[in-house]
Amino acid sequence: MVMTSGYHGESTMLTLTFNGHPRQLDNIPAQTTALALLRDRFATCGTKEGCASGDCGACTIAIGTRDDAGHLHYHGANACILPAHQLQGCHVVTVEGLAHGDGLHPVQQAMVDHHGSQCGFCTPGIVMSLFCLDHERRHHGLDSPPDDDTIDAALGGNLCRCTGYRAIRDAARAMHALPSPVSDDTVDIAPAARSTTDGFYRPESRRELITLLSQHPQARLIAGGTDLMLEHTLALKPLPELIDLSSVAELKHIKEEKSGWWIGAGVTYHQLTSLLAEHYPAFHTLLERLGSQQIRHRATLAGNLANASPIGDTPPILLALGARLRINGIRGAREVFIDDFFTGYRRTVLTEGEYLDAIYLPRLRNGEQLLAWKLSKRRDDDISAVMLALRTVIGEDGRLHEVRVACGGMAETSQRARHVEAALEGQVLDDEVLNDACNALAEDFSPIDDVRASRDYRLAGAAGLLARACHRLTSRHDAIPMTLEEV
Amino acid sequence: MRKLIQFGSLPSATATAAVPGHDSAIGHVTGQAAYIDDLPGPKGMHHLAVGLSPHSSARVLHMDLSEVRRQPGVIDVITAADIPGHNEVGAVYPGDPLLAEKEVRYAGQMVFAVVADTLYNARCAVAHARIDYHLQTPALDPAASIRAGLTVLPEHIHERPLPAPALDRGAAMSDDTQTSGNVDKALQRAPHVLEGEQFIGGQEHFYLEGQIAQAEALDDNGLRVLTSSQHPSEVQKLVAEVLAMPLHAIVAEVRRMGGGFGGKESQAAALGAMAALAVHRNGCAVRFRLPRADDMQATGKRHPFHNRYRVGFDDTGRLTGADITLIGNCGHSPDLSEGVVDRAMFHADNAYYLGDARVTGHRAMTHTASNTAFRGFGGPQGMMPIEGAMDDIARTLGLDPLDVRKRNLYDEAHCETHYGQHIDQPLIGELIETLEASSDYRTRRREITAFNAKSPVIRKGLALTPVKFGISFTARHLNQAGALLMIYTDGSVLINHGGTEMGQGLHTKVCQVVAKELGIAHHRVRISATRTDKVPNTSPTAASSGADLNAMAARNAAITLRERLVDFAAGWRGLPREQLTLEADGLSAGETRIEWSELIQQAYLGRVSLSATGHYATPEIYYDRKTGRGRPFFYYAWGAAVSEVHMDTLTGEYRVARVDILHDVGDSLNPAIDRGQIEGGFVQGMGWLTTEELRWDAEGHLLTTGPATYKIPACGDAPRDFRVALLEGHPNSQATIYRSKAVGEPPLMLAISVWSALRDAIASLADDHTSPRLDTPATPERVLMACRAIREAHAHDAPSTRKEMTHALSEK
Repeated sequence: MVMTSGYHGESTMLTLTFNGHPRQLDNIPAQTTALALLRDRFATCGTKEGCASGDCGACTIAIGTRDDAGHLHYHGANACILPAHQLQGCHVVTVEGLAHGDGLHPVQQAMVDHHGSQCGFCTPGIVMSLFCLDHERRHHGLDSPPDDDTIDAALGGNLCRCTGYRAIRDAARAMHALPSPVSDDTVDIAPAARSTTDGFYRPESRRELITLLSQHPQARLIAGGTDLMLEHTLALKPLPELIDLSSVAELKHIKEEKSGWWIGAGVTYHQLTSLLAEHYPAFHTLLERLGSQQIRHRATLAGNLANASPIGDTPPILLALGARLRINGIRGAREVFIDDFFTGYRRTVLTEGEYLDAIYLPRLRNGEQLLAWKLSKRRDDDISAVMLALRTVIGEDGRLHEVRVACGGMAETSQRARHVEAALEGQVLDDEVLNDACNALAEDFSPIDDVRASRDYRLAGAAGLLARACHRLTSRHDAIPMTLEEV
Repeated sequence: MRKLIQFGSLPSATATAAVPGHDSAIGHVTGQAAYIDDLPGPKGMHHLAVGLSPHSSARVLHMDLSEVRRQPGVIDVITAADIPGHNEVGAVYPGDPLLAEKEVRYAGQMVFAVVADTLYNARCAVAHARIDYHLQTPALDPAASIRAGLTVLPEHIHERPLPAPALDRGAAMSDDTQTSGNVDKALQRAPHVLEGEQFIGGQEHFYLEGQIAQAEALDDNGLRVLTSSQHPSEVQKLVAEVLAMPLHAIVAEVRRMGGGFGGKESQAAALGAMAALAVHRNGCAVRFRLPRADDMQATGKRHPFHNRYRVGFDDTGRLTGADITLIGNCGHSPDLSEGVVDRAMFHADNAYYLGDARVTGHRAMTHTASNTAFRGFGGPQGMMPIEGAMDDIARTLGLDPLDVRKRNLYDEAHCETHYGQHIDQPLIGELIETLEASSDYRTRRREITAFNAKSPVIRKGLALTPVKFGISFTARHLNQAGALLMIYTDGSVLINHGGTEMGQGLHTKVCQVVAKELGIAHHRVRISATRTDKVPNTSPTAASSGADLNAMAARNAAITLRERLVDFAAGWRGLPREQLTLEADGLSAGETRIEWSELIQQAYLGRVSLSATGHYATPEIYYDRKTGRGRPFFYYAWGAAVSEVHMDTLTGEYRVARVDILHDVGDSLNPAIDRGQIEGGFVQGMGWLTTEELRWDAEGHLLTTGPATYKIPACGDAPRDFRVALLEGHPNSQATIYRSKAVGEPPLMLAISVWSALRDAIASLADDHTSPRLDTPATPERVLMACRAIREAHAHDAPSTRKEMTHALSEK
């Protein structure tokens, strides 16, 4: 029997552990954010709303779950766009939960010692991001200051308008040297209620999911929710029915095959990190600039595809890689090539009753290279003005083969650059070939002026990224830096 | 060389033990520090949301709000017709209605308000309004507005109607040896003349706590307004005017703001007035918080400027004359634009002696939100032309821009500004010498030149720019402050003053001053919310003057009480008065020692008044607008920064790799807090000049309405190598509080060095002989386009150097 009791209203609890204490709640509408739960229901107002769009980090909370060995691990999340129901069975730690008596948590103490707060409004979020970093480093026995890259990655999703960040970085470097906080490994985490209603459906298997899809055709699908929830928090649209993909067991896996990997729709960016670092370094580097750590811990690759934004960071990479997608639903499963997935501005081949189940990333063969970069106004936590990805093999003849180039931000969907590919295919890279390829960009794309960039910059920037790719493919590995990272 | 404080080398214990940190630091890190939206709220409190104009310029034909009233949870719908007093919340001049009446003058203007049981219901109800507008053609280009005579200030205050220069300094001579000061002649005679034009973008404040106010009725027909405002007295006044009530019936209170930066100087008043109006009509308490997108559309920003400059100079790069025109885009109403454009003009010289100079300021009207105070108050925009000119002159003459800058600095021989103020402490020469050495400027310059010569894609740039910033409100009457000091019988001390805390550490500094004057430990002094019923008629916490004014007022109150206590002790114990001092938590008189608590209790028993007010007015400042001359500033704060940038010429991306700052705060009241202001100001200024881009569409709708599209610096943008030092050994020559200097605004302009360094990197593409135009914000897009433009121009001018310009592949 697929339908378990919860869907019929026998158990409507949202069960979670809040700063060490169990809480059970009911009558929480599906669209309710974790921030509203904390501020309105719990009346704990240390967690702030700065933007209601997951961009400023003032609402950062720590979400704790146990590993198989029973250790608690925390990740930061933007409470302002996190559905409260996704806290089911988690340990939620907020800024109020860190100090014990008069003793500040080392993160708090380091922030005080180093004058890391001025107006203080962003501070709770900063403290929580640093708490997640500190907790993880102590777990791994790292008794040294985190390096600059680690600090910037930890704080990339926390805006501070007052300090200029130096004092906060100093606090981040000093916190490890303070005495360990009271261990929270003994916290008794209330298990998730089997299911909830209030319009928030949490299927735990594909079968449950498909049943729900047929029963609730109006429901929206949610995984990380880092895009969808903005419809509620910014545009005030009601989201009365949500089906949560993030607890479907079969969707949480990365399955390795001989020639690639199936990435389940519930796999977060964060969970992809080690796979990408090992097998697709360019993708991994890009991932570090996609959203923030708060976003990467919630959001999924599948979500980035299914919402079909023209400025998604990952679709151009998947287009360049030639990814395949498995679509499932009430009428059964099917597979499509990524090339056929997007049908227009924010439109895909997904029909009612269907969902994106998994993404197949083909393994790069020997000699195959993937390059990918984005251009944005700000380096961290910004949306692409231009995104370019290129995959090719350089043959023994020194010629480029099997060239696939795709861009984001250049059209109403992410798209292959067929003319560019044609200009590069079978060629030995030289100035003339690069020139032809850059000129071909204007044949492939007719980008628009918008808030992120002008048409001219999109074309010029994409050409610049093509040139960078060509430098990389022909690199003599000499001392002259070709990117800012190499300086 | 004078010894500098080098923060980086100090262990944390030393760095923090000497001076107290922010008074709310523990509250900040534990979440206990409450902002208005965090407060429980009185019983039955309602929430307010506003309907914003969808058009930038239109007449309101018909308003049908009946559907709004029918929405769930709605209690009241308010329009301009419901205002019992004045429908006006303009800070200085009229022009800012609380709610639009017959016309709307910018997209985002508040048109009506909804009061509902929850904020969500109020916001949802807003969408059900049906308003008919007759659209008019908006004015959106400030330069075109000036040509068309569209300005924000009423004509009667000018000597002649615009578009003639609103404030023509004429021949404001600054060189005593010259008998005639004709800038046109000076420019005619100059060996070299160059001119330039620049567009300087505005800036959204992006205080992390959005605008908010909460009002409640008191049981005596009064009203209490909690406001996130830098100017509670103005909130009090405007609430009173909107409700037609006397000032004494209104209490405005500010405990803390989650950031202000000037954005809550005048802009917060509308929220207070709106909430108070809703309370007045409905009796219940009302909270009014602007969600981020509404906040960004409804409230003003830093003024964008269109600047033009013509400078004359000799073969050594020394200025002989300058003609600078500044057009401030004021938005639809005056707000604070008189002072903002004035301050831009006062800072058109930055740290340089201009020679014969004419500075003209225009205040253009456009159909956008009324631009307002923002850290620097026009000063940053006003400095940009002369800093651009310094780089241009250097490239024209083939000199290092630093040498041209040094040649033109104010010094003992050249120390009168273009508005006639004598500079009595021109520290900038020594400061730059010190920074030039400590930053290894010359060595790095050589290394960068060598690097650029070999690097086809990545280019580096380096620049040192100075800051001179005038301290005082240019509106003379604002240069005053009050304080109320109370000692309780347990010896604990409570201080209130007119300044507000927005993160800058003002309260901490004021407590330090009180503790020092009374000779007691810091922890004995507590500060509480700024309230108009404790200290009346206060000035905004603005113009960097918070500590200068309020700490001085608090000090005067403390001196009054100190003298009273000493008088009492002398009589009580029969001690010689002149031997008595308050120190180390008590009274000392030779061998005799009376503990502070005992002294206070005895004084109380002796019926001594243990509270006192203090007042302070800045001396010696004056300014004559008619002649454009005077001494508008009590003193100047100085600073300089060296920034190094790395730039990718293929994409326009860049990084600020290293920043060295040496800044003058006189004798610092609190080095840790001052350093925080310097670093925070610098990074905020860097954001203004680099990634923070405001965009409007062709109809005047703001497109950048949240942090997804408006990008303030993130942690990774702040320079990793960030070396900040305070200039030591130069107490303020003026008698400010313990000879310190103001620090809130001046450091923002140190970031001009980042812009200058980007231009330096771009100029390297043309052998440093061409000065690129680089409007701001210098986004990667503008940088790439500037790279392309200079390469094309250079290719055209100098075909022989063509090889260098083609990209890397051609060299392989």
